[in-house]
Amino acid sequence: MSILINKDTKVLVQGITGRDGAFHTSKMLDYGTNIVGGISPGKGGSAVGHVPVFNTVDDAVKATGANASVIFVPAAFAADAILEASFAGIELVICITEGVPVQDMIKVTPVLKQNNTKLIGANCPGLITPDECLIGILPSMIFKKGNIGLISRSGTLTYEVVNMLTENNLGQSTCVGIGGDAVSGLYFIDLLEMYENDPQTVGVVLIGEIGGDAEEKAAAFIKEKMTKPVVAFIAGQSAPPGKRMGHAGAIISSGSGTAEEKIKAFNEAGVPVAKEPSEIPGLMKEKLGL
Amino acid sequence: MKIHEYQARNLFRKYGIPVPDAVVCHSVEEVREMVPNNEKLRVVKAQVHVGGRGKAGGVKLAKTKEEVVQRASEILGMDIKGLTVEKIMVADAVDIEKEFYIGFINDRNNKSVTLMASAEGGVEIEEVARVSPEKIIKLAIDPTMGLMDWQARKIALNLFSDPKEIRQAASILVKLYRLYVDTDASLAEINPLVLTPDKQVLAIDGKMNFDDNALFRQSEILKMREVTEDEQKEIDANEKGLSYVKLDGNIGCMVNGAGLAMATMDMIKLYGGEPANFLDIGGSSNPQKVVDAMNILLSDKNVTAVMINIFGGITRCDDVARGLVTALTEIKTKMPIVIRLSGTNAKEGLKIIKEFGLPTVSTMSEAAKKAIDLSKK
Repeated sequence: MSILINKDTKVLVQGITGRDGAFHTSKMLDYGTNIVGGISPGKGGSAVGHVPVFNTVDDAVKATGANASVIFVPAAFAADAILEASFAGIELVICITEGVPVQDMIKVTPVLKQNNTKLIGANCPGLITPDECLIGILPSMIFKKGNIGLISRSGTLTYEVVNMLTENNLGQSTCVGIGGDAVSGLYFIDLLEMYENDPQTVGVVLIGEIGGDAEEKAAAFIKEKMTKPVVAFIAGQSAPPGKRMGHAGAIISSGSGTAEEKIKAFNEAGVPVAKEPSEIPGLMKEKLGL
Repeated sequence: MKIHEYQARNLFRKYGIPVPDAVVCHSVEEVREMVPNNEKLRVVKAQVHVGGRGKAGGVKLAKTKEEVVQRASEILGMDIKGLTVEKIMVADAVDIEKEFYIGFINDRNNKSVTLMASAEGGVEIEEVARVSPEKIIKLAIDPTMGLMDWQARKIALNLFSDPKEIRQAASILVKLYRLYVDTDASLAEINPLVLTPDKQVLAIDGKMNFDDNALFRQSEILKMREVTEDEQKEIDANEKGLSYVKLDGNIGCMVNGAGLAMATMDMIKLYGGEPANFLDIGGSSNPQKVVDAMNILLSDKNVTAVMINIFGGITRCDDVARGLVTALTEIKTKMPIVIRLSGTNAKEGLKIIKEFGLPTVSTMSEAAKKAIDLSKK
């Protein structure tokens, strides 16, 4: 079954006429994603390939019935794009953009709740349900349809892990990149619940990193509520405190958010934590009794 | 982005938060010129971007002008946690009846700006949080309404009982919140906020950090930035589209993607090596990025081997390989380099590197092991 997206999802691309928007639109279309429209204010009525362009998300939704939107819009305008999609009734918004100010994300949070909008990102690669729908910038060729759910704060590290899973015959139900920012949309805990309720998913791989306590919250959830096995990997064990390691959210502040704490929390929840990415497939197979 | 206490104080003053009079001096001469000649209790405070200045001897009281000069000459030039004191602030000292803590921070968990207040002022708040968390009042602020006056009053009522004090404290809370939001801060602390014997409430210390992602729209804040040499290297790297953090080891790494870069550093450590840095070159195969990245790694005298770890998704490995070859042809170096390429067109990419004459591997573990090996030769 998968979570969040499937072959019926109707996708809009905000920022479709920009360089990244246009490039990734064609990649998503190649994959078979059902992209029904794009938004570029002032360019409504035109098209990018066969994809019609609208001036506003509202126009696009009214014309196409779209229920998901992916945002390729510069950081200064990304929060506004999220708000526009949310108020237009889009159920699932994916924001790829890196560099969105934290105050902007804080401001959109209550709106998303009020409008019942699910947000993935910002600063994320997107998500994929293999063989059905790819929304974002994930490289399609590494994925294979299967039963393992993935949740990750990372981009290329995710691809590294997916590649290993696929090579080990552990295909994926859905893979979600939640992004590297400090304040973002769906966190691990939200997606774990979805995977627990998804008949197609039998196990979950969780890729975390230093900063914040999303992993600790996930560990507590897993201990209390999850029956399906989870295997984790935490990046940043060797990161120095107080420094931002690329991702805005990857920072050990005032001594908290360390990899050690996260690994400890997972161990206490019965979640094996791989010492290096190549251990993940083996740990999952063991958990699944394969 | 960090700022000095005196800069935070200036921002507080701008927003109407009461602070004692003070001057900032860069030398003993400036102290002689700028500090009035009268006898008054003053405090001489080192201005450096670290906490624990007091414990390190960087905060001293002075009863006379001559004592101020004395303390200033002791503190200027001092080393505090690796930073040299280049300026000091000489502030009027204030009689303290009680000390409080107030602060705002971005809470990742409840996704809001959170106010923290405590009657345990003048001590490290993390210590209070650890030992007696019940002594800290927390309030998650609705971003749409902001900190409402009644909320500020409610917090103030928890700390003060006299109506005049409550009014002053509530006003300071609201002003500090506005300053926080207006400047895209990520931290704003007044520790301690003090109550004087004549019932004045004022801020005798201040700390503010700012969201790096928002600096593009905070030109006045950006003007206040002061960085160490290492921090400047990180900023220069950012401007070239790279993310760089210097560490102490000898194995330089160049990786595409922050998570993968962290995992690479971790792996080097796991196998008994010491990473020299974190370096994320991002998503493109542009040779200039590789040149810039290599230059950064080679400028670190500690580096004795380099590990390049690329997972090509949309970015094609043969493009990356061509970029690497271009870069390494331009920068003629004898530095041992191990290259790992995986993903799209990895085979083609590895072939190009082999033809150029450099060792290649296809897994991260092999690359880390080989780099550690080469670094010892």
